[in-house]
Order: sequence, then C-alpha cells, then structure tokens
Amino acid sequence: MLKMRMRMKMLLLLGWCCGLVCAGQNRSDPRGQTGFPVLSINYDYVQMPFEVSLWILLASLMKLGFHLLPVLSGVVPESCLLIVVGLLVGGLIRVMGKNPPVLDSQLFFLCLLPPIILDAGYFLPIRPFTENAGTILTFAVLGTLWNVFFMGAVLYGACRLEAGRLASVDLLSCLLFGSIVSAVDPVAVLAVFEEIHINELLHILVFGESLLNDAVTVVLYHLFEEFAHAGEVTVGDVFLGVVCFFVVALGGVMVGGVYGVLAAFTSRFTSHTRVIEPLFVFLYSYMAYLSAEVFHLSGIMALIACGVVMRPYVEANISHKSYTTIKYFLKMWSSVSETLIFIFLGVSTVAGPHTWNWTFVSITIVLCLVSRVLGVVGLTYIINKYRMVKLSGKDQFIVAYGGLRGAIAFSLAFLLSSDDFPMKDMFLTAIITVIFFTVFVQGMTIRPLVDLLAVKKKKQSKCSINEEIHTQFLEHLLAGIEGVCGHYGHRHWRHKLDRFNKRYIKRCLIRGERSQEPQLISFYNKMELKQALMLLESNSSANLSAGDTAAPQQRSRKTLNISKEREEEIRKILRANLQKTRQRLRSYSRHTLMPDAEDEDEDWSETRIRKQRRMSFMTLPALRESPAVRGSRVESDRPSVLFTLADERLESRGHKPSVTFCLDVEEKPLPRCVSDPGADQLLEEDESLHQRH
Amino acid sequence: MGASQSGRLHMFQDLADKTGFSIEQINNLHIRFMYLTQGEDTLRREHLENISNLALNPIRRQIVEAFFDKRNLGEKEKGCLQEIGFEEFVTVLSFFRPPKPRIADEEMKNIKKEKLRFLFNMHDTDNDGVITLDEYRHVVEELLSSYETIGAETAKAISDAAMLEVASVTVGQMGPDEFYEGITFEQFMQILKNVEIETKMNIHFRKMDKRTMQCGK
Repeated sequence: MLKMRMRMKMLLLLGWCCGLVCAGQNRSDPRGQTGFPVLSINYDYVQMPFEVSLWILLASLMKLGFHLLPVLSGVVPESCLLIVVGLLVGGLIRVMGKNPPVLDSQLFFLCLLPPIILDAGYFLPIRPFTENAGTILTFAVLGTLWNVFFMGAVLYGACRLEAGRLASVDLLSCLLFGSIVSAVDPVAVLAVFEEIHINELLHILVFGESLLNDAVTVVLYHLFEEFAHAGEVTVGDVFLGVVCFFVVALGGVMVGGVYGVLAAFTSRFTSHTRVIEPLFVFLYSYMAYLSAEVFHLSGIMALIACGVVMRPYVEANISHKSYTTIKYFLKMWSSVSETLIFIFLGVSTVAGPHTWNWTFVSITIVLCLVSRVLGVVGLTYIINKYRMVKLSGKDQFIVAYGGLRGAIAFSLAFLLSSDDFPMKDMFLTAIITVIFFTVFVQGMTIRPLVDLLAVKKKKQSKCSINEEIHTQFLEHLLAGIEGVCGHYGHRHWRHKLDRFNKRYIKRCLIRGERSQEPQLISFYNKMELKQALMLLESNSSANLSAGDTAAPQQRSRKTLNISKEREEEIRKILRANLQKTRQRLRSYSRHTLMPDAEDEDEDWSETRIRKQRRMSFMTLPALRESPAVRGSRVESDRPSVLFTLADERLESRGHKPSVTFCLDVEEKPLPRCVSDPGADQLLEEDESLHQRH
Repeated sequence: MGASQSGRLHMFQDLADKTGFSIEQINNLHIRFMYLTQGEDTLRREHLENISNLALNPIRRQIVEAFFDKRNLGEKEKGCLQEIGFEEFVTVLSFFRPPKPRIADEEMKNIKKEKLRFLFNMHDTDNDGVITLDEYRHVVEELLSSYETIGAETAKAISDAAMLEVASVTVGQMGPDEFYEGITFEQFMQILKNVEIETKMNIHFRKMDKRTMQCGK
C-alpha cells in the first residue's frame, strides 16, 4: 500500500517535471502596466540555466523511478527505458506545438561525453588491459577498418542496383556512412555490460575496443569529409590518410600523457590545500580532452591516457577523502551524462527530419551484423595464434554481439553538412534505426544469451592478501624462468619499465616517503583501511558476540561477547599501544599521528581506528594467564610489545613460533577465534559503486 | 658430448614424450642448456646465477633452488642435488608449459595441482610438507627485498596477516588447545583456487633469443 502511494507520488512528480520542461519552451508574459509590480515574472533572465537544470532533474528522477519498478529493470536495460522516456518527452513537446530540441553535437562532444570517458579511463583495470593490448588494438583498428570498407562497398553496390532515389549516393558517401556507423560505442557498451557482470576478459576486450576505435573513426570521418568536399582523391591523399591515423592516435596519447604528468606533479604539492585536490584531476583531464580536440586529435584517447598516467601517482599523493570525492564525482557525472544522452537520443528521434527508405535501412542493419560477425571471427582466427589463452567460440560470439552503436554515431552524422551530403536525412534515419536496433534488441537479449551460453561471469574479487602475494610471486617467478630460457618476452620489458618507474619517475611525482612504498605494502594498507572503516561502520568491536560454528570453509564473522566497560578497557589498551606502534611504523603509514600543521585537517578518528583495527587483526598474545598479561601490556613501555610478546611466550613453551590470535576479553580461556568480519562486505559496497545504478 | 646424432634424437624423443614438449622445443632448450653450461654436461648453481637477467629478480635464490630440488624431479625422496643434467632441466621447465587447448576438465585439474605443488615446494624449504610462519615470512621478505627502506617488521606484519587469512579461510573456529602449525598443501590449494594458475603460470616456449643461440653474448 505504501509502495503504491509512493509510486503515485513519484509519477506525479515526474509528470509535473515533464510539464515544466515543455512549458519552459514558452516565453514569459509581458508585465502588466498597473502601478508598482509587487510580483512579476522575468523568465528570460534564468531561462538557460533553468532549462538545463530541469533536464538534469528529469534525468535524475528517471533514474530514481526505474528502481521503483524492479520488474522492469530486471528485464530491460536502463538505456532502453531512457530512450523510451526520451521518446515520450519528445512526443509531449511535439504535441504542445513546439519543436523538440535535437541533441546538439557540440553539447554532446564537449559536455556529455568527457565525464563518461574520464570515468572509464580513470578506473580502467590496467593489468587486463595491457595483457590483452594486442588483441584490443587488432579489434579496434583492423576490425573497424574492415567494417568500414565492407559496409561502404556493399552499400554502394546495393545503391547502384536499387537505382531510383538511391542512385545519387556515391561511393564516398557510402564510405563515410560506413565509417560513422561501424564504430562500437563506449557509452552504449558500458551501459549494457555494466549490468550483465560478464567476466573481466570479455569486458575489457569489448570496452577497450570501443575506446580505441575512436582514433580510427576520427581519421576516417575527417578524411572522407575532406575528400567529399575536395571532390577528388589521389593516391597521395590515401597515403596521407594513413600517416594521419598515426598522428591522431599517438598525438592524442601524448597530449594525454603530458597532462597526466602535470596533474601528478601538481598533486605532489597539494598537502596544504586538500579541498581542491579533486578539482585538479578533473581540470587537467578536461584540458587534455579539449587540447586534443583543438588539433583534431583523438580526444578520447587523450582522456584515457591522462587518466591512466596520472592515477598511480595522484592516488599516492592525495588524501583518502579526496580519493573518495573523485570517485563519487566521476560516477555521478558519468551517470547523469549517460542518462541525458539516452533521453536526448529519444527526443531527437521525435524531432529530426526523417527520410525513410526501406532498402537502405534494412540493408544497413543486416550489414552491421554480418560485417561485425565476419570481422570478429576472421580476426580471432589470426589472433589466437599469438595468444596464450585462446578465445573460444562463446567469447567470439559475445564480442561480436556486444558491438553496440550509440550516440557518437548519431552526433557525427548530425555534424555532416547538408550541401556535401544531400542524403544526410536518410543517413540520420538509418543511424537512428541501427542504434535503436542494437540497443533494444541486442541490449535486451544479451543477458539471457549470456546465461544460456553459460559464459563465465565476473569473479567476486576478494581482497585477499594471499592472492596478492602470490600474484606478485608468480610475476617474478615467470620473469625468472623466462630469463633462464633466454626468452625476452613482454614481461621482461614490463619489469624494465617498472624499475625505471620506481627509480626516476616516482621520485619526482610522489611526495615524501610514499615514493619508496612497494605495491604490496600499499595494497596491505588499503586493505587495512577498508577493514578499519568497516569496523567503524559496523560498530563491531562493541558487539562482539559469540560465534556459532559456521561452516569452517566460510569466512564468517567470528566474534565474542563482551560488556560495555570491558570494551572501553580494551579500547584504552589498544589506544595506548597504538601510540607506540605508530611511532615505530611511522615511515610506512600515510598519515602521521603527531599533530603536524599539515595534518590537522586529516581525520583523527579514521587513522586511529585503522591502527586499532590493525591491532585486533594482528597477533595478540594468547591468554591463559590473562590478567597478568593484560597488566603487563598496559604498563610496559616497550614499543614492540604486541608483536614480540607472542613469539617470546610461545618460544618459552617450546613451540614453534606460530600465529595465535585471540581477543583478550575474559578470564576464562577462550577458544581461538578470528575477529575477522570478512572484507567482503565493504568490498561489495565498493563493487556496487563501480556499477551504475 | 659423446652421444651420436641418432642417439641424441632418441633421447629427445623420449623427453618429448615424457614432458609434452615438441621436438623443436626440446632442441631449442638443449641449445640453451649448452649455452648456460658453456659446453659441459651438467648444470650447477653457479651457471644459473651467472644469468644477468636473473640478477635483479628478488626471488632468484628460490628459482635457482627449484631447479635442484628433488621433489620437482618426480622423485619421492627429499633433498637437493648439486648438479642436474639436461633431462632434469627439461622436467623442471615442463611445469611451465601451457596446457594444450582441448583437454578434459579432469586433466586440467591435475595440471593445476602439479603447478601448485611446484609453488608449494618453492615455499616449503625444509621439506616437512607444511609452510610455517617463518617460511612464509621469508617469502614476503624476499618479495620486498628490492626496496631497501622496508624493515623486517613490515614483512612480518604482512606475512602474519596472510597466515591469519589462510587460517580463517581453511580452519575457521579452532579449539583452545590448538596451534595453527602452518599451511598444508590442501589449504594452499584452497586459498589459491581463485588465482587461475593453469592459465597464468605458463610461458611461451616458442621464441628463444637468437643471441643466445650463438656463442658469446
């Protein structure tokens, strides 16, 4: 009952919003002339920001609305629902007699696209990306080229055969159309793949391809546009086109790299003004994008390069709060952008002039599918000869089926000039149909197909220090064995790069002692911080209850019962020891407990709880003679009391030094228990943030 | 190098059947072996330590030891050899051969178990079948040894945390008299079951550096 009422209220609110948006297209009434106006309306003054805010509000309310209808959001991906909403709003506006706004290409490329790409680039999982870089590049470059030329050629042939209205479409226009419609769209791929939780390899393959094919698309688009404008093509022009490709791709990456290094360097000095740290990250990235666009270089690759380059150094320098801020802001902006893009796509469909041609459109859709499948299968055959982990048929199917088209294609088509391309309207209609087809049909069916084919899903990543240790161990082991065999593989060069990085670059870009910190330790610190925050949130040190026997295989909560005052005692003890251990471990922690001027705005309780958690997580002495030991711990001033005590006592008993863990809480001997609530909970929360809800 | 041509081919064929390498790969490995030992018949530790590539590797000692460990050579006894021949060299390297593309799940599990066993033997230096805290600590220290500023306590802290984790995953609740002795092989397999060893612990045996094929470097 309550749910129904809430839903009604939401719908009313949405309706009101839509009405406002439509009404906002009207102009304000002229002021009356009788006496001093007590209350007047001046809508023109605020029209622009008002409308923008209304649109964003509408988009955000839509997102809220979908989660009130779980039935629908389980079957239909969000992007489809948003396009439908866009269609409805566009229809409403049209009914009210106004012309619905079309997705302005400048708005799209300069405001809506960058947040999504930056979000993707900043959080790009580097290791899978570099491991599969060859495959991704092959799909992106060769796959797109194949798609463009295949589609262009076949379309031209079809137009020749058809004659009639299609006779005026020449080869260049077909090729240009092919180049616009062949590119896999990162926004659409992200929107759909985020929801199906597919395994990491496939995700990075399709997503990486959608990012890197931007360079190819940009070059081909400008190339064909220039040719159409100039009127004739020579061999020299084609050669220049190839050179242009390399310039665009590498230039974009270089621009992004330069800005990334600048951002990392700037972040080194922000320790006194933590509040604006996120701003530097955003500004430098956006500048990289704009600078690349100035020279017609690939803005997307610049943005990705900037994010990838700056991330390890910036994260070492900024505070934890800034890191959280960056993460949340990026997620928020990219989420809103994506919603707006799809809504506008729907509105533009209602708005734009359409020229429907059955032949052209149907051939386009069929060709898109066919050329994609042929391209993927053919390239995989070649790629599998060089891969250690071959791509199976199922993988190929998902890669081919996941090639969705989206708003980038639409915007590029919209930018065409009608003089050079009299068929622009027909192109637009065909592209919109293709986008609808891929997003609706492929987007909706990919989830049941993934389940049907039993494709491997994403592993629940446990933040396991054992796995981290062994991953690093394996890396070194494999590098060593390759050295024994005399094999200079990519691992060798990667290690060289790492050493160079450590020796020179990290010194410049990372402030203070963090530059010496190895990856294992940062990982360990991060894990500890997570557990500390979890402890803080769940109040678990207060509510330690006796653990039941859960299945020994699970990492379940094993906790103890203690009273309030005992808990206070424990806290006092731990805090006292915290101070001492803190002094010893000072060089390895990101924050210092000594009240420095620079750290005053750091969160005291956060760091304190972290160490407290570390204490309870680590070896505390096993207690048979609990009161005595407790007493000794409080009084002693030796800094290393906690760590060595365990070993000393046990060695005196004649046992091998082994790990003992217990929380000393009551007089009677306690079962050894692990106060380890399990890192899964916080990580799940982390994981859910990574998804767009 | 007294073996005649046909005798050597026969030996290579045997090795190929035993380890699963192809004749060409065995040939390449033989050339490499000859290069490393500078013409002698047996490989000793000094030969491996002379490889410049290995000098910067933080776990080089364990890697070198692994070649001389009897447990990796399929023998039931424990201990180390002082020098190994070509056959043992190839046997150790066969642990890193990528599995053939179409094999049954059962065989894949066996391969995974073998590779994990190799890793386990690398950690368990005193051959008692259990990785104790000290041994694990040693592993972590070696991994961090390339960073000079890290002291022993941090390595200790990390390895302690790791052992805690293993215990919590595998053993769970323990009785008041129990001590956690160390990681057994079954527990080792369990904690690493998410790391896809059978696909990760492989190297390409196709390309060898041409420079090492000729004499001199």
